[in-house]
Amino acid sequence: MNSLWPITLASLAKDIRLEWRSKDALNSMLFFSLLVVVIFSFSFDPTAEESREIAGGLVWVAFLFSAIVALNQTWARELRNQVLDAYRVSPAPANALFLSKALGNFILVTLLEAVMAPLFMVFYNLRVVGAAWELIPVCVLGTWALVASGTFFAAMSIRTRMREVMLPLILFPLSIPAIQSMVEATRIILSGDGNPRFWIVLLLTYDVVFTTACLALFETVLQAE
Amino acid sequence: MIETPTIVSVNNVIKQFGRFAALRGVSAEFAAGRFHVILGDNGAGKTTLLRALAGLAHPTRGEVSVMGKSPHEACRDIGYMAHPSLLYDEMSGIENLKYFARLYGISGDERCKHAIRSVGLDPALARPVGQYSQGMRQRMSLARAVLHDPRILFLDEPFSNVDVHSAQEMVGLLRGMRDAGKTIFVVTHQATLLEGVADEFIWLRAGQIVDRTSSSVQSGAGVPQR
Amino acid sequence: MKKAFPILAVLTVLLLAYAFYEAMWVAPTERTMGDVQRIFYYHVPSAWTAFILFFVNLVASVAYLIRKNPKADAVALVSAEVGVIFCTVVLVTGPIWARPVWGIWWTWDLRLTLTLVLWLIYVSYLVLRRFSDSAQTPKLAAVLAIFGALDVPLVYFSIWFFRTQHPQPVIGGGGSIDPRMLHILLINWLAFSCFAFLVCWARYRLEMLKRDVEEAEALESLLDTGTSATIAKGKVSLGGGPR
Repeated sequence: MNSLWPITLASLAKDIRLEWRSKDALNSMLFFSLLVVVIFSFSFDPTAEESREIAGGLVWVAFLFSAIVALNQTWARELRNQVLDAYRVSPAPANALFLSKALGNFILVTLLEAVMAPLFMVFYNLRVVGAAWELIPVCVLGTWALVASGTFFAAMSIRTRMREVMLPLILFPLSIPAIQSMVEATRIILSGDGNPRFWIVLLLTYDVVFTTACLALFETVLQAE
Repeated sequence: MIETPTIVSVNNVIKQFGRFAALRGVSAEFAAGRFHVILGDNGAGKTTLLRALAGLAHPTRGEVSVMGKSPHEACRDIGYMAHPSLLYDEMSGIENLKYFARLYGISGDERCKHAIRSVGLDPALARPVGQYSQGMRQRMSLARAVLHDPRILFLDEPFSNVDVHSAQEMVGLLRGMRDAGKTIFVVTHQATLLEGVADEFIWLRAGQIVDRTSSSVQSGAGVPQR
Repeated sequence: MKKAFPILAVLTVLLLAYAFYEAMWVAPTERTMGDVQRIFYYHVPSAWTAFILFFVNLVASVAYLIRKNPKADAVALVSAEVGVIFCTVVLVTGPIWARPVWGIWWTWDLRLTLTLVLWLIYVSYLVLRRFSDSAQTPKLAAVLAIFGALDVPLVYFSIWFFRTQHPQPVIGGGGSIDPRMLHILLINWLAFSCFAFLVCWARYRLEMLKRDVEEAEALESLLDTGTSATIAKGKVSLGGGPR
């Protein structure tokens, strides 16, 4: 276990370096979510009051779709030249790979949120009525919920025939409670209508339960061929 | 012939992929310090056998034992090289090797530079691996496989798509490693390249070992041709 | 074992027929809902049966990960398949009941939504199995099944916040029910459980047979690729029956 964090960091540094050189995932993800925002604003033309009610859902659905793009790229890079095999024959712990990928995706999706959230604010004319600082734990926990389980299921779906298509089919049903929590918490905070604590606690529970399960089962998935 | 100790053994290994079987009851013992060449037609199960030995494929039935342990437990003594480079195209050779060194808990650049020099490449080369020639990439891939100084090397088609000159260089490198005491397994269909170097040819057909010839006794027959 | 199957099949048919008779003619008509309430004798037992099957799926999946026994994997597969069928029955009969009683087809209430999400999870489980043809499908599927089971309490709590119009649970949750209704409900549940078990059993035998055939075909395919004439041990037993 003492080798877990050094290898996690080495793998994360490698991923950041690769992403920095190609910017594949970041660019495609940013552009994708921009498209989602624009299409949403054509599809819904809400008043300021309504948009506060629905923005939570729109924002998180946009992030979820964009995250899928990044999550699929995660493992595509490891499959090229079968580099994953080099990891599998090494004594490095499987969980180091999982953690580095999940952290890498966390950074990517957080970047995306930082860029897209202001855009949403502008397009939907949003103003936070509730306690704005409460959005921070919701964002952190919600993003982790998406990327932790998403990274894990992406590792599973690349082993199927449909690859990229498979990820949302597995991820969406299982992440329903997390998505509902993020959306509800965000809606409550934006509209100042109630207390988001229940949803934040539920989101935290989801994170803890799913992260634990991912760490317990990732080796099985990695060593499956 | 002097009996050398067994280093790798397979016991009645069956490997099945859904409706397709790749290995059909393979049992064999392989001696340490020798150069083993696995030959066979396409689909004979060569690659699957090598992957099972390296711990990358799990037999449906049967057992693989490397130095008395499972391949995964023995992974520090196993070096694996495949036809794809197992390297990140966007990084330079030394960057790649530094990363893989960390996976084995090796820190410091000296080991990586040494490994690159040992395959006849320049550690200072800044070009990303994706822009290497095929021959250079294969050698860099070999450097990655021997980085942690394993006792056993598994190589899958190391000479395919490589010009004759590069292939002969690779063979020379492998011969040197065998002479230094490593056990080497090569899957290939270019047996001629290994004439005079290999200690043993193992013939696979339809997922079974059909023939094993030591180089000492097969001199009359020459290297089997396809 | 082979004899037990037809005996069980006959018993199940008799039990289903008896349960149907009880539900349609013997059970008293509900005062406010009328005859449509009789769907309850199918809706509720289907739900219980589906939940039991999903639980069997979890147990079998964990067992597979621990013991690597292909039989456990087959049990996991068939219980998920049959469970999804029963869950579909629940989701179809629910709205048929809801429309005349509540005036709406669907409502996002606790148990309806939970059932829908369960259905989605296990359909995605079956999709994963369908589209991964590597030898490791059982492992991946077992892992997904564990995640699915972990998800259920979380889904429960998330929907619990929206708890609404659904009638209070009939069993164990207070509410009054005619003892005759309860009696008939339990008979129906027994009949449905037997039926589910029967289907699972048949499906399990089919699955095991299919795997045997695949194994035989796999060995055969291997012989075709090699020039089989020269194989030293020419006669390979294909394990099972004349071909």
